[in-house]
Amino acid sequence: MSTTTAHKPNIKETADGLVRFNQIKPFTNVMFSGLFIILALMTFLPVLFVMIISISSEASVANNGYSFFPEELSLASYAYLWESRSYIGRAFLNSIGITVAGTLLGLVLTSTLGYSLSRPNFYFKPLYTIMIIIPMLFSGGLVARYMVNTQVYHLKNTYWSMILPGACSTFYVVIMRTFFQTTIPDSIIESGKIDGASQLRIFVQLVLPISLPVIATIGLFLTFNYWNAWYGAMLYVDSNHRTLYPLQYVLISIEKNASFMAMNEDHFMEGAMSLPTETMRMAIVMVVVLPIACSYPFFQRYFVGGLTVGAVKG
Amino acid sequence: MAFLRKSNVESLSLKGEAAIRRKRRRFTWDDFELTLLSLPTVLWFIAFCYIPMFGIVFAFKNYKYKPGKSFMYSLFVHSKWVGLKNFKFLFKSPDIMNIFRNTICYNLVFICIGVTVPVALAIMITQLRSRKLAKVCQTSVFLPHFLSWVVVSYFVYAFLSTDKGLINSIIVALGGERIMWYQEPKYWPYILIFMNTWKTFGYSMVVYMATITGIDNSLYESAVIDGASKWQQCKGITIPLLRPVISIMFIMNVGNIFASDFGLFFQVTRDSNSLINVTQTLDVYVHKALMQSNNYNYSSAVSLLQNTAGCILLLIANRVVKFIDPESGLF
Repeated sequence: MSTTTAHKPNIKETADGLVRFNQIKPFTNVMFSGLFIILALMTFLPVLFVMIISISSEASVANNGYSFFPEELSLASYAYLWESRSYIGRAFLNSIGITVAGTLLGLVLTSTLGYSLSRPNFYFKPLYTIMIIIPMLFSGGLVARYMVNTQVYHLKNTYWSMILPGACSTFYVVIMRTFFQTTIPDSIIESGKIDGASQLRIFVQLVLPISLPVIATIGLFLTFNYWNAWYGAMLYVDSNHRTLYPLQYVLISIEKNASFMAMNEDHFMEGAMSLPTETMRMAIVMVVVLPIACSYPFFQRYFVGGLTVGAVKG
Repeated sequence: MAFLRKSNVESLSLKGEAAIRRKRRRFTWDDFELTLLSLPTVLWFIAFCYIPMFGIVFAFKNYKYKPGKSFMYSLFVHSKWVGLKNFKFLFKSPDIMNIFRNTICYNLVFICIGVTVPVALAIMITQLRSRKLAKVCQTSVFLPHFLSWVVVSYFVYAFLSTDKGLINSIIVALGGERIMWYQEPKYWPYILIFMNTWKTFGYSMVVYMATITGIDNSLYESAVIDGASKWQQCKGITIPLLRPVISIMFIMNVGNIFASDFGLFFQVTRDSNSLINVTQTLDVYVHKALMQSNNYNYSSAVSLLQNTAGCILLLIANRVVKFIDPESGLF
């Protein structure tokens, strides 16, 4: 906290004293702490709740509804997931594949344009800058996007439909550009040029190795976006191509099927009761959420870091 | 996420570019290499941002697919121009005013909450005496940002399900009647506002926190020596220094006032028909017109209105903010 130097302890003490003097009153501190503990619980408890439901037995859910304290625990839902791995497992691999491919593609697209825009004398810099601003202000809308992607590029029912449209955005390019502009010393690029390296070589061998913070930031943005994406699958993948579904969309389609079953409850009663449908859906939610919930605390500094990287004016 | 997009736009200012441009330069070998390097991304922008822009002609045509011909032929040659007829029919339909009202009202509430709550919480969390507690709470409230609306809709369902949900269990245990949550429109404005706040406040709070922790501590020290109270410090130092960030967020939100989060209004409500009066927004309408009734013309007419109005509002909001405070503003 203190910014004073170590060899002047009296000043340091004064500064510490100031900090201590400037703290909020104990009562206010207790109030604020209480508020934040409540807020933290509010965000955390739903995840815990769904996790408890997913390990409750189907019978206790049927008798008492969803509860934080189920009568009986059971891993039947996860066992059932494992049994239906030809469908669920496939969806899991789809999600991973789309996430990895999309992130890599997105990183290539954003970093190359970001680097080009960061070169102050680049011939097309003004043109490209306008080119990336306009899509922020105006777009053709959903219908146009849908028709062009399906009728012109023929992306319907392909993995590409879930990868390509989200791979790049103005925002990512600008963060990349700002980072290259502010943290890569010109002398490094000059030295590469003097040694006769091409721009591609300078970019790959000199610039990228010292740009890991921004690569990590944009990479994580892309990773979380692709992992959480479901709208692409909803638009472009129809129900005859179930093998293409990512996990997020499996959750949506299962919800539809379950409400269909509920409508025809009389006919389905016996069949539905034998399957752990209620708890199984929550188990899929956990399969989606757990990787995020376990990893984001380690990555969140990159998200905050990305802000400061991007916030520096270029 | 939303904020980041905002914070960076200012650096895109075209005025700066004009200064750099000075006079036309020759096209060097370096430029050639850089052009090649950025070519894939430029092609991406053309393919996924610019070519779909021509799709706004849908709004002025009566689109008819001609079998055996390409889509472009069907759209540009085969389909008839109908002028503003699509818009006329759109405004005759009884739902549309309701849909506009929903979109705008929800967004106004979201803007008000989105500007006040995270700023207040960010100031409060930086005041906590226990750094550890602040860190844990910050991490925890950041979580919803990383979840999709599909997942969140299951969380909501776990609480609101009519026969199994926790809230109904509690109501029954207290001797009340079960509430059919997904059939009762009167609760949903509150539920949607609550869920939107729940999902977004953590991220905005972290954004403001990053700005607050970046403020030079000596400002506060000198304020304390001058005898300023906590409240005065907050009013005199923290909020003025947060103002640029707040105004950028505000401008972008105003520009998005006709847009809505499709996941929130479609997934969280489980697309329940009884709720449609209070939950249908423009994006939901556009989606349903396209995917469920294949009405390309209405759907794109709404998109076009939404886009144009949003663009104009963004420019107006930027002007207003700049008029009040020349330092803030987007561009």
